[in-house]
Amino acid sequence: MREGSNMCKVTIDGITVQAPEGSTILDAAKLAGVDIPTLCFMKEINEIGSCRVCVVEVEGEDALAAACNTCVFDGMAARTSTPRVIAARRANVETILATHRSECTTCKRSGTCALQVVANGCNATDLERDPDYKFEAWDETFPLQRDATKCIRCMRCVAECAKVQQCAVWEVSGPAAHRGVRVAGGADIASANCALCGQCVTHCPTGALTARDDTSKVLAALADPQVITVVQVAPAIRSAWGEGVGVPREEATQGRMVSALRALGFDRVYDTDFAADLTIMEEANEFIEWVKSEKPRPMFTSCCPGWVRFAKQHYPQFVGQLSTSKSPHEMLGATAKALMSQEAYEQGKRVFVVSVMPCIAKKYEAGVPQLSTEAGPDVDAVLTTREFDRMLRMLNVNCADLPEGDFDDPLGLSTGAGTLFGRTGGVMEAALRSAAFFLTGEKPDFSTCDTTAATPERPWVDKTLDIAGMQLRIAIASGLSNTAVLLDALEAGTASYDFVEIMACPGGCVGGGGQPIAFNQELASERAAVLNALDGADTLRFSHENPDIKALYDRLLGEPLSEKAEELLHTNQAEWDI
Amino acid sequence: MAKLSVEPRAKDDGKFGSFVEEYERRIKATPLGMCAVAFQLDLLRAGGCQTCGKCVPCREGIGRIEELLEEVLAFQAEPGALDEIRAQANVVRDTADCAIGWHAAEVLLGGLDAFKAEFESHVNQGQCREGVAQTVPCETLCPAHVNVPAYVALAGAGDYAGAIGMIRKDNPFPTACAYVCEHPCENRCRRTLIDAPVNIRGIKKFAVDQLAADKVATPAPAAATGKKVAIVGGGPSGLTCAYFCALMGHEVHVFEMRKQLGGMMRYGIPAYRFPRERLDEDVRAIMGAGNISVHFESRIDAEGMKRLSVEYDAVYVAIGAQGGKTLKLEGADVQGVMSAVELLTKIGDNECPDFTGKNVVVIGGGNVAMDCARTSVRAGAASVTVAYRRRLEDMTALRAEIDSAMQEGVEMMTLQAPDHIEVEDGHVTALYTQPQFIGPVKRGRPAPQTADKPLVRIVADVVLIAVGQDIESAPFEEAGMRADRTYFEADDGLKSIGELPNVFVGGDCQVGPKTVIIAIGAGKVAARNIDDFLGFDHKLDCGVAVPPAAANWRTPCGRVNIVERPARERKGDFDAVEVEMTAEEAFQEARRCLRCDHYGCGVLDEGRVQYV
Repeated sequence: MREGSNMCKVTIDGITVQAPEGSTILDAAKLAGVDIPTLCFMKEINEIGSCRVCVVEVEGEDALAAACNTCVFDGMAARTSTPRVIAARRANVETILATHRSECTTCKRSGTCALQVVANGCNATDLERDPDYKFEAWDETFPLQRDATKCIRCMRCVAECAKVQQCAVWEVSGPAAHRGVRVAGGADIASANCALCGQCVTHCPTGALTARDDTSKVLAALADPQVITVVQVAPAIRSAWGEGVGVPREEATQGRMVSALRALGFDRVYDTDFAADLTIMEEANEFIEWVKSEKPRPMFTSCCPGWVRFAKQHYPQFVGQLSTSKSPHEMLGATAKALMSQEAYEQGKRVFVVSVMPCIAKKYEAGVPQLSTEAGPDVDAVLTTREFDRMLRMLNVNCADLPEGDFDDPLGLSTGAGTLFGRTGGVMEAALRSAAFFLTGEKPDFSTCDTTAATPERPWVDKTLDIAGMQLRIAIASGLSNTAVLLDALEAGTASYDFVEIMACPGGCVGGGGQPIAFNQELASERAAVLNALDGADTLRFSHENPDIKALYDRLLGEPLSEKAEELLHTNQAEWDI
Repeated sequence: MAKLSVEPRAKDDGKFGSFVEEYERRIKATPLGMCAVAFQLDLLRAGGCQTCGKCVPCREGIGRIEELLEEVLAFQAEPGALDEIRAQANVVRDTADCAIGWHAAEVLLGGLDAFKAEFESHVNQGQCREGVAQTVPCETLCPAHVNVPAYVALAGAGDYAGAIGMIRKDNPFPTACAYVCEHPCENRCRRTLIDAPVNIRGIKKFAVDQLAADKVATPAPAAATGKKVAIVGGGPSGLTCAYFCALMGHEVHVFEMRKQLGGMMRYGIPAYRFPRERLDEDVRAIMGAGNISVHFESRIDAEGMKRLSVEYDAVYVAIGAQGGKTLKLEGADVQGVMSAVELLTKIGDNECPDFTGKNVVVIGGGNVAMDCARTSVRAGAASVTVAYRRRLEDMTALRAEIDSAMQEGVEMMTLQAPDHIEVEDGHVTALYTQPQFIGPVKRGRPAPQTADKPLVRIVADVVLIAVGQDIESAPFEEAGMRADRTYFEADDGLKSIGELPNVFVGGDCQVGPKTVIIAIGAGKVAARNIDDFLGFDHKLDCGVAVPPAAANWRTPCGRVNIVERPARERKGDFDAVEVEMTAEEAFQEARRCLRCDHYGCGVLDEGRVQYV
């Protein structure tokens, strides 16, 4: 039941508000400025009232009511912090803690754990007995990690995966007190058709779901004198990296981020944005060839390995329509190794490429054996934004006081178009800017290519562009349930496009599964604004105008889609191991 | 000598009574979909707690089995645990001194067999079997999976059109089910924990009594698909399938062998239980749903069936069970002896028999037997006797039907097995019965056995045989549909097994004579699977939102029952016997609903049994 047009007079803790019919006590409390703690609740996604932390006292009712899913009625009066409520809330939190392995000192989620906040909030300082929990086996090499001892059975992951991300990797099963979350059908996670979007991780209230930690591998490389360490950083990192180290968004600038990376000891600090420009050179040209051919429509972007995994596992019929361009960080890794191999050889060293990504699927992608050249794997390790932040804390980098730094050459200069890759619609927008130029010889108006209307709130957005006498129909979707709706429509023939951009995470990489976690906050659009601002302020806003890209083609690649480009920068996703 | 006392030794014994009732109610409200291992452990624990502690097997043995069963429940049992449990349970059963221990073990041993797959899944797979999850009881038990909590809430809020629309999402016969549904939805109603099941049928009846179903618009049909569906049989199953197929945009043709639609709702259920004009309300609403044509008095023979299969994209056969079963009874072929079906069919077309001054004997103990008996009363019979070979409590008729019949003066002669019919001048004069006495349970029911008593003569001018119905399957079998002894064979999706590739079959003709709502459920399943078979996946929107759940009202409160008009009044006419629930009664009854769709498992996706 969603909000109706009639209003209800509701009094929360003595504050009277008018709440639309169908709204919950939690909604009304928000209107009244009253904060009610929640754990399992996710608006419209997991309104199951299972944790009983948000219980309140409703005047005239015998039992306490869950604020998250109890609808208000006209004349309702509720109290959110009576002694009875406080005692009940605390007792329920303590009950949750009775089966939760509280090891906050060593838990990755310490500080961002919602259970920790709620437990502290109700002064649950003294448990009568040690918690009782059960360890379950898990493949420690898999990019997605689950620790059953920390699962509080709130079922948020189950709902997020099934309803927002379409994959239904998780399920609830088992009898009575043994009911809990597990991989659907009791399968092994590696064969569960998980896209590795990581949305279950960012929506887990505790440390039960995490990403595989690769910081040790990176620290080992940094400590090895025989290794030249190259780090590259994805567009979306500059929109969020400050969140995990306590630097406000406006102070967590791109320049400070560069300095932070340098402070970690990397020999070269490159920008994945550069490779995003490179991707556009390849992908835009690929698209132009595509539209002039009889190939099936649409061509799909392929920068997002979560999307590639999803397509391979759930919609294999579309895999042949993915752009063969590697994703930007793979391109950068391959290029860096190609450029540096001679230098490294002469010094008796090897090159180790680290990608800092807002993503868990990129950890998988880096390990795909097909994504390598004679210089070895394109990328040797992937760190999430959260791991990057953890390393900064570990090395005691004083981020707020860092100077503005610059990326290293020759893989550090980028355009605003490349920066847009971090948000939904960004790859499309960057591609259209250059594709229009390649087709007409003239730079298009920015508004022609604008995709800022892209949003996970709708299954997809589309537009038709008139370029060089061609009607190009494009569509953009983010979030895998949205993607499924679009793919089903394409298959049913009720929708038809020439070029489609898909990003697995709602809102794109800015909302990625590797980004800093803020409980019950969807920060994708706020972070996207950072990228849009960087693009708007950039003097270079067309990928093909990046002088270092031109230089790279002159020095190494020749021209887009050349034999050398194919060798280093393209792949066949159908061959990827899952 | 010690002084005697009237007090029981244990001072609390006297207070147990109401708690025993609570316990009983909890068992009656056992949730649907719970894990069988958990349920068995629950039963065993009850036994374990009830042991007096005197004897070894019961005192120690049950506790030991409980521990093993807990490990099985928690998926931590060693291989072989089930054999160990069985061995120990056998010892308890074989050596327990009294029935408390014996029964605990006996029930567990039965459970180990009945739920073998679930037990083995726990031990071998480390998981419950797929689909083990609690679900909303009323919705699950309704064969058509009607969203009961939603329509109860709508009716309770005075939104009768909404309630009817919500019912029709899954069942286009709100009026028929308001009158005659056996309401399996009420069987495990969670309200039983507090007092008694919600009177769900009563609330539905209240809704359709306030607003006739044909006054509530049906949803607009989907765009025409160009597909043609033939339906053989215009009863509850056929018309349900017709309704949903029409809403999905298919062109529907119903072939009905009689003069009017409704099947057994018209030609089986007497008008005093379900007035014809009320049936017509449902039928009118269904006919208005989309492109439905009806071909009356069209009996389909083998050639006809083959033709339908060729000329239509899909066919649904729902011919019901129209043949009255006979008894191999000496004299059963004489004048005055007829089957229940024969009697009720005539009444369906308003040919009411005149039994004035006659003595009528009905053979059987089901609802149809009660229908015959009560119809005979109304047809002016001097006396009406039901002869049944088991006891009153063994009758398959609803208890309320039996009571009503008795109130109307029907004599129940139980433990009387028909022996032969006395004939004079080619006409029945009496039924002779062989008295029985009740004996051990066979296949779940106490079986009658011949008593050492002489035959009993029951004077009879009319004998009505109501011992079940058969299907008339021959022409359809000839056309290529397979039938297993008595009923048509179909797969889980009601696809007919046999030579015809596009034929579905369901309802009484596929499962035997059952209830209206089971037939409706089959019709709905058939419609959905026909849609899929034709290459569509129509989602039907009933246009009614589920109202938000109010807080549970948990004060124990009596259940409002539907009463009938005084027997002395009602037995003289064929008018509806039930008295309408009043608004204050209906609203109180609706308030008793605990909204299991919102509270508890119903809020989870796996807690619902709903089609989109």
